[in-house]
Amino acid sequence: MERLNRHQMAARVAKDIPEGAYVNLGIGLPTTVANYLPVDRDIFLQSENGLLGMGPAPVPGEEDWELINAGKQAVTLLTGGCYFHHADSFAMMRAGHIDICVLGAFQVSVHGDLANWHTGEPGAIPAVGGAMDLAIGAKQTFVMMELLTKQGESKLVEACHYPLTGLGCVSRVYTDVAVFEVGPSGAGVLEMVEGLAIEDLRKLTGVPLRESMALPA
Amino acid sequence: MIDKSVVSAEAAVADIKNGSAVMIGGFGTAGMPDQLIEALIAQGAGDLTIINNNAGNGETGVAALIKAGKVKKIICSFPRQADSHHFDAAYRAGQIELELVPQGNLAARIQAAGAGLGAIFTPTGFGTLLAEGKETREIDGRQYVLEYPIHADFALIKAQRGDRWGNLVYRKTARNFGPIMAMAAKTTIAQVARIVPLGDLDPEAVVTPGIFVQRVIETAPVPLHAVA
Repeated sequence: MERLNRHQMAARVAKDIPEGAYVNLGIGLPTTVANYLPVDRDIFLQSENGLLGMGPAPVPGEEDWELINAGKQAVTLLTGGCYFHHADSFAMMRAGHIDICVLGAFQVSVHGDLANWHTGEPGAIPAVGGAMDLAIGAKQTFVMMELLTKQGESKLVEACHYPLTGLGCVSRVYTDVAVFEVGPSGAGVLEMVEGLAIEDLRKLTGVPLRESMALPA
Repeated sequence: MIDKSVVSAEAAVADIKNGSAVMIGGFGTAGMPDQLIEALIAQGAGDLTIINNNAGNGETGVAALIKAGKVKKIICSFPRQADSHHFDAAYRAGQIELELVPQGNLAARIQAAGAGLGAIFTPTGFGTLLAEGKETREIDGRQYVLEYPIHADFALIKAQRGDRWGNLVYRKTARNFGPIMAMAAKTTIAQVARIVPLGDLDPEAVVTPGIFVQRVIETAPVPLHAVA
């Protein structure tokens, strides 16, 4: 079995983002999806801090620290892009104007519950940022994560034990070994890397999985 | 003749009192009104409730205000960051109270205050720790949490240009919370790179109408490639 590396995962997510989509990419791994969006598609990247039509990082030396993304990295604005204030920015999410949001996760449940903001450990200082607004607001919320923790535990679970970010908000989970759909009727496997069988995935995750793969063309 | 320009940051913040609620614009350091914050620290008011997206970055701005021991409570969405050490230390020592608010709810609650609304129902946070103990309601099949407006005595914000009537335009993503905080506070103080004559700001492009701004101070021009 060949696991996808993080670049391949980003490229896989990018493949499912259609022309014309308004998209918010979360901090961390999801941000790298931008590097794999096909240049021949007009895709509008939104950043929570008030820009639409976000472009790539500037060349070194050209950074403008009043033009940053949610991770506070310097970015650029595409021709045709625009700026707006925070209430408008979160209205774009909350009211479902954003088509797709891609987030990282600590855990996702088979019903689409998401935990990605707080470990709940004693002494941990919580920070939530825009995670809760993003998770429940976009028309579709994708999660991108490695399937297993470093300790080998599945991050796709029956029920999240970390504090929740949102209930039933995730529709799809892109991992290093498979793509899952999640929701009210549980989890299904849409795609697997070569050399992996659904029984292996059931063993790895410990959750019920149905086969949702498209028939070979 | 109405002239809202004030000669210095010191004069602009002189009447902020112990125990005031102060909104401070900015997302990280973009849009943070550094000169007004420095003046506030020097002025000495303490026991402040600060409303900001973060809880300070590095050594300047909100971080310096916390380091100086002037903040009793902070209402924010994203306190913990790689460079939030002054907040982290004060929080762990039990010297600062934290009200953690999802970022969109923070914006909506500030906007509600500025718009004169008594409360809002928001879907964000439903079923999570941050909605515990709060009233909820199902509306058209969706679950919402009741959240109240956040008012403030003062808002300190940063804009690019302003005029003597208080009209403001901003620069790039330094706009962030500025326009809504200006509406939510009793007294809004804007630091701008340049105060221009009336009429220089295109009326079609004014972002914050002067009615929401009480004082304007002019600072050094914004360096195009300033290092954060």
